[in-house]
Amino acid sequence: MAHHDVHHYNLDQKFDFKASTKKSIVTVLVIGIALLALGVIMAIFGGGHEAEGAEAGHAFHWYERLYANLWINNVYFTGIAIVGVFFFAIQYAAQAGWSSPIVRVMLSFGNWLPFAAILMLVTFFVANHDLFHWTHSYLFDKNSAEYDSIIDGKGAFFYWPMEKGTFPVFYIARMIIFFGIWIFFFNKFKKLSLAEDINGGTSYWYKIRSNAAFFLVFFAVSSSVSAWDWVMSIDTHWFSTLFGWYVFASWFVAGLSSITLVVIFLRGQGYLEMINENHIHDLGKFIFGFSIFWTYLWFSQFLLIYYANIPEETVYFLERLDSDVYGPFIFVNLGMNFVLPFLVLMTRDAKRHGVFLKLVCTLLIVGHWVDIFLMVQPGTLGHNGGIGFMEVGMFLIYGASVALVVLGGLAKHNLIAKNHPMLEESYNHHI
Amino acid sequence: MERDTNFILGVYDDEDVLLHAIKKVRSSGVKIHEVYSPYPVHGIDDVLGYKRSKLPIAAFLFGMLGTSLALTMQFYMMRFDWPMIIGGKDFAAVPDFIPVTFEMTVLLAAFGMVGVFMISSNLKPWAQPRIFDVRITDDKHVMAIDIANNSSMDLEKIQEILKSSGASEVNKKSFE
Repeated sequence: MAHHDVHHYNLDQKFDFKASTKKSIVTVLVIGIALLALGVIMAIFGGGHEAEGAEAGHAFHWYERLYANLWINNVYFTGIAIVGVFFFAIQYAAQAGWSSPIVRVMLSFGNWLPFAAILMLVTFFVANHDLFHWTHSYLFDKNSAEYDSIIDGKGAFFYWPMEKGTFPVFYIARMIIFFGIWIFFFNKFKKLSLAEDINGGTSYWYKIRSNAAFFLVFFAVSSSVSAWDWVMSIDTHWFSTLFGWYVFASWFVAGLSSITLVVIFLRGQGYLEMINENHIHDLGKFIFGFSIFWTYLWFSQFLLIYYANIPEETVYFLERLDSDVYGPFIFVNLGMNFVLPFLVLMTRDAKRHGVFLKLVCTLLIVGHWVDIFLMVQPGTLGHNGGIGFMEVGMFLIYGASVALVVLGGLAKHNLIAKNHPMLEESYNHHI
Repeated sequence: MERDTNFILGVYDDEDVLLHAIKKVRSSGVKIHEVYSPYPVHGIDDVLGYKRSKLPIAAFLFGMLGTSLALTMQFYMMRFDWPMIIGGKDFAAVPDFIPVTFEMTVLLAAFGMVGVFMISSNLKPWAQPRIFDVRITDDKHVMAIDIANNSSMDLEKIQEILKSSGASEVNKKSFE
């Protein structure tokens, strides 16, 4: 093979989560709390829409918007966290060598999963009827005036084996099992990877790989089903067969952007000296490629519904495109998540330099939040939604919390899997 | 047309030796005409000092051409030439045009890129390739040095440089 130089990198480096870094993240958190408080106060005293809300059946309350915001960020940051574990597993399943110094960065995102699980469960029980129409028991009562035969037909997916309209056992069980198994695999990967640091050898790599294979099969199913459960069930009547992949693509791009931002941040702090523009280029290609993949799914879903023009399907896009509140965001969504990354990251140089990638990654992290926002708010809040102080505040709170948890987890252990059998391949990575 | 080109060839057995040899030969001031290998050698364009290919620019421009041709064609046909109501949509229904536009973009980008590559590499069907050494299709790497481009150096010196850089043989080659 090509001529190899001997490399001497410090493999025992440990990320030092400096007080100054913590302070700036906490500042963001505090700004987020302030904005959220401002948004809540404005929502309580602003009112205004209540007359219209009453027309639609029940009055709109300000806390519904708070719940919707919690749900948007629960779904979004759960996605970023699990994509970290997913991308880690992919590296092992694909036997990738180039990424071996940054596998710990990917895995560290899984530290958010336990928090995400608790937040998601608690939000579900608190928000319940305010977020999910299908939780109303009268929908399943044939004698009720509100009886809905379509939702009744789907009821078993939420309530089995209990009676429809009571307690959603199946739904809650899925949520707990998905999070449980995701966290189980996250811990398993972490344990094996840390044991490799101590004992070395290739056996740990093989063990992680076989576990990764099982995790990936499970994730393929669970990521889709969780998208139906947590996002598509908001618009209970409506369905789309590729919705699971669409949400997954959104998660994946957001997760890749987060991983890349952390890698670039660590490089800037003087860690990971072996990561050069070749590795950054690969991460850039992933982001570029999967942004197009996301667009492909977005457009596939849109075109078929638009072309077939069946009312029960088009309602999803009519709710968004015809709305004064959400209409413009459809185009913001496509611009931020497709047009800009596509044009900016098209050239080789843009993928190799941190400046462009930092810009695009930040853009994409906000952009895919807008995507999830567009999935959740129209079905829960209708015309009472929109992006205001509450949305920005809640996003900053979640973002800062995730950053604290992820970087805190990263600082606990060796930054590099120092006995990873493919480190040498990564040193000589050249594209 | 006799002996208009005259080459000295360094034959190398190993790509690792070759990559180091290219650096040595270039740093000693000899201009390399071309290096021939039986398979792609990673990093060889860097040590040879080749600039990055401009092919992606051609691909982009041909892609843009495809995009605009596809959109023009569909707008003209669907809106002006033969308007038809399809599925109750507008005559100029942009979402309908996207798949065809995408395909045309990819098609013209690919065809354009292949065409530009063939023209810039002189790969016309009637081109007569110059075979410096038949073994470059088997297991040898050959570095060709054009004597006309290295008139400031004498032949023995160049041969010496090639030998010391690790060439297993140093040959001469002329083309009719």
